[in-house]
Amino acid sequence: MRRFTAALFLLGLGVMIAAIYQHIDFSNTAVNAGQAINAVAAEETGAANFVTSVVLAYRGIDTLLELTILFTAAMIGGMVLGRRRVDAPRDPDAGFILRTGADLLFPLLLVVGLYIILHGHLTPGGGFQGGVILAAAFFLPLLARPGITLIDQRVVSLVEGLAGATFIIIGLLAMFDGKEFLTPLLDKGELGALISAGTLPILYLAVGIKVGSELAGLLAHLAEAEALD
Amino acid sequence: MDILDNNTILYIAAFGLMLIGISGIVISNHLMRIIFGIALLEAGANLLLLLSTYHEGASAPIIVADNIPTMMADPVPQALVLTAIVIGVGILALALSLAIRVQRAYGTLDMREVRLKLEQEISDEAGIDMPSSSEKPDDIAKVPLNSVVQQESGS
Amino acid sequence: MEAVVLVVVIVMLLSAVAVLLFKDFLAALAAMSVVSLGLSFLFVVVRAPDVAMTEAAIGAGLSSLLFALALRRLGLWRGQ
Repeated sequence: MRRFTAALFLLGLGVMIAAIYQHIDFSNTAVNAGQAINAVAAEETGAANFVTSVVLAYRGIDTLLELTILFTAAMIGGMVLGRRRVDAPRDPDAGFILRTGADLLFPLLLVVGLYIILHGHLTPGGGFQGGVILAAAFFLPLLARPGITLIDQRVVSLVEGLAGATFIIIGLLAMFDGKEFLTPLLDKGELGALISAGTLPILYLAVGIKVGSELAGLLAHLAEAEALD
Repeated sequence: MDILDNNTILYIAAFGLMLIGISGIVISNHLMRIIFGIALLEAGANLLLLLSTYHEGASAPIIVADNIPTMMADPVPQALVLTAIVIGVGILALALSLAIRVQRAYGTLDMREVRLKLEQEISDEAGIDMPSSSEKPDDIAKVPLNSVVQQESGS
Repeated sequence: MEAVVLVVVIVMLLSAVAVLLFKDFLAALAAMSVVSLGLSFLFVVVRAPDVAMTEAAIGAGLSSLLFALALRRLGLWRGQ
């Protein structure tokens, strides 16, 4: 009976979606914002990657709120998991291959992550992608040697808070200048050069460090939680 | 392949992922599978959002100096999806830590058992019987907890 | 190009179904990774390289790591 109901439900859902697909002409919707941004973004922000312009300049406040959501999720995750008991059993130590591999990969991942963050305004990539790679870099040693404390949790929180504060302060500086919140400042520079696009690379660096430290903290929390078996 | 052009295939992928995700959320009883379903639904929604402004023949919204293409993809949905993916991983982490708590509190991840135990707990706390039909006949003995579970899974 | 997209979509949808059908959660996790990788390829096809990169790093990498850690904590880590 249950299976039958489920199948009926799915059938109905499928028919509904097919009907929606028939009636809406998705690809030809008139969206002018994107084309307008494409026309002026290169001059206004000086970033070659227009997605970066949208993320940090045109919709910068969205990114700020998104960082807030991520922060809240990470914080609540940590709260829900709680502290581990002192006598809780630890994971078995990793083998030689994983340990050596982690040692080898750590600097490489660090370099790749920073490269992706710093070239966010020129090529695909940026703070979110690079931040995730940084988080993976700092989590890898934890996986290879369970129980070590690579960086003090308070230092991680401090770095995270500073990165978030940097983002907001840059936004406020624009307001002191008489412009709107998060308007790009500084010299735009030459299009396509590494040092260009004004404050956008600094903002992306702040985003990258914040995302990286947040996710690294979250992964460490999950890894620290007690195993059941 | 005249009916199956590129656009149709991509739309089928997006709607298919959403459909599979929703069915996973609705049909499964195991909490882990429900979380997997949420992740699938999210992936399908992201793809649909990107497809909404996709034009065939457009180029990626990145320019190399002095070479501005005539048509570029819309950067706004791309930025939205970028943030949506990152928020998605936050939601995922939260859901997984809640699942770990559920496992610790009730010793199971099967939602039917968790619901029964939750109701039992609430009625124990309030000092009343398990909630059931209001016109329960008096002569039928109380059904033990296990048989209810088997009955539900068997139907 | 269409043929490649078609193959990727079929593989992706099949593994999405497999995520819900596999008894072994480790196998379901692997299928979830396949879905994410296929999705990141589709993002490249719709000209969104930024999003494709994010999906590859977060969807296929970090989420799998999160799921794997959670499975280990939940005692569901049984690779057969």
